[in-house]
Amino acid sequence: MQTVKIVVTGPFSAGKTQFIQSISEIDVVATERKISRAEERVKDQTTVAMDFGRISVADDLVLYLFGTPGQRRFDFMWEILAEGMLGFVVLLDSVKPETFREARSILDTFRAYAPVPYVVAANKQDLEDAWAPEDLRIALRIPSEIKVLPCVATDRENVQQVLLELLFSVLEIMDAEG
Amino acid sequence: MALKGNLRDFSTTQLLNLINLARKTGTLTIDAKRERSRLCFKEGRLIYATSDDDGGHLAMMLQRSGKLTEEQARAIQSRTDIKSDKELGLLLMNAGYVSQDDIVRSVQSYILNSVYPLFTWVDGKFRFEASVLPFEDRITIPINLENVIMEGSRRMQEWEHLLDYLPDLDIALRFVERPSVRMRDINMSVEEWRVVSFINPRNTVRQIAQYNNMSEFQIRKIVYALLQAGLVELTRPAGVKPAPGAPGKAPVTMRPPAVKRGVVERLISFFQQRS
Repeated sequence: MQTVKIVVTGPFSAGKTQFIQSISEIDVVATERKISRAEERVKDQTTVAMDFGRISVADDLVLYLFGTPGQRRFDFMWEILAEGMLGFVVLLDSVKPETFREARSILDTFRAYAPVPYVVAANKQDLEDAWAPEDLRIALRIPSEIKVLPCVATDRENVQQVLLELLFSVLEIMDAEG
Repeated sequence: MALKGNLRDFSTTQLLNLINLARKTGTLTIDAKRERSRLCFKEGRLIYATSDDDGGHLAMMLQRSGKLTEEQARAIQSRTDIKSDKELGLLLMNAGYVSQDDIVRSVQSYILNSVYPLFTWVDGKFRFEASVLPFEDRITIPINLENVIMEGSRRMQEWEHLLDYLPDLDIALRFVERPSVRMRDINMSVEEWRVVSFINPRNTVRQIAQYNNMSEFQIRKIVYALLQAGLVELTRPAGVKPAPGAPGKAPVTMRPPAVKRGVVERLISFFQQRS
């Protein structure tokens, strides 16, 4: 049995759990706890260890999706989750510019963990105040060769498209490296 | 698409850089505690800027650049028959008061002086409205943002230096008992004299700024100069707060997984079939 791992990371409340829930064939093994810090009470629960989703591609091939905890105090989990990943998705909350700096920092950290392909998914594009992907690229200084994709994490098709684009990026890098 | 946020999270430098690179057209409004600034852009170039404090009228711009006296500016602004800045500009040129070059320089100087202080703003809500441009009666001057960003960044560095030197404005100043420089060799500007007149251990630097209607940047710059000249000293040591939170452990570099190309192709094919 071949297993492949993709990590979904991003700041607190970017929509990582929802992203995995939308595409996973099993109920996401979410390790969520009630929010205790007042400043982070924009949602009821948050991921404290990881989210885990699974997609069976064939009898001998399974894709695992791991969602990282968004809060910095659980960042010791990141390194563990990053080990052996094929690539990663950095999920942004497009309506919360206050999280962009944190997103950039998470991106840099994961890039340092493993030089694997990644894409940036600009989530919550269905909301009126969402920053456009091309503006987010400039705001987060994302290089032109990295894809910044519009995303609505509640939409399964949309999530699937983000994963496909990541896989295309993996192929491109494999081709480039010969 | 909206472009909304707070300068706490996305600085003026980053905003202008974004507008420049994306060649945006529209109006950026920044609301700070007591001030509101509006900056207008056309295809990534700054064309106009104003703040609510002064209204941004041509007469006032010419007065600030010394081309009109205060009385002349006030008289012009009270006239109701002049409908627009463009009309006023033509009128003044025809009457020989100013040249076209005077107007261009004055407007440009006003725009830049409206923008540069924004680089030191660290808090304030902003909103960029695409395709919204200034009123047609205003005179606009296209200015390349690269130079504005560079000069703004330089001022920002100066500001940060001043902030490091004088982090706390709630301290007082007093004259040193034996200045190391000869008093007669010192030349002070009007603003510096205004500050000096308020120096007293009972007045904090913040209060002196308020009495003189000065920005934090202005007062810091003046106090810095007075301290450097050895004329005054702080009445209590400025406590510099320690830098927040020590950085986390250094990331470890790992090897990418050994996944064959065929596996990736199967994954792609799987998702394409599901779409």
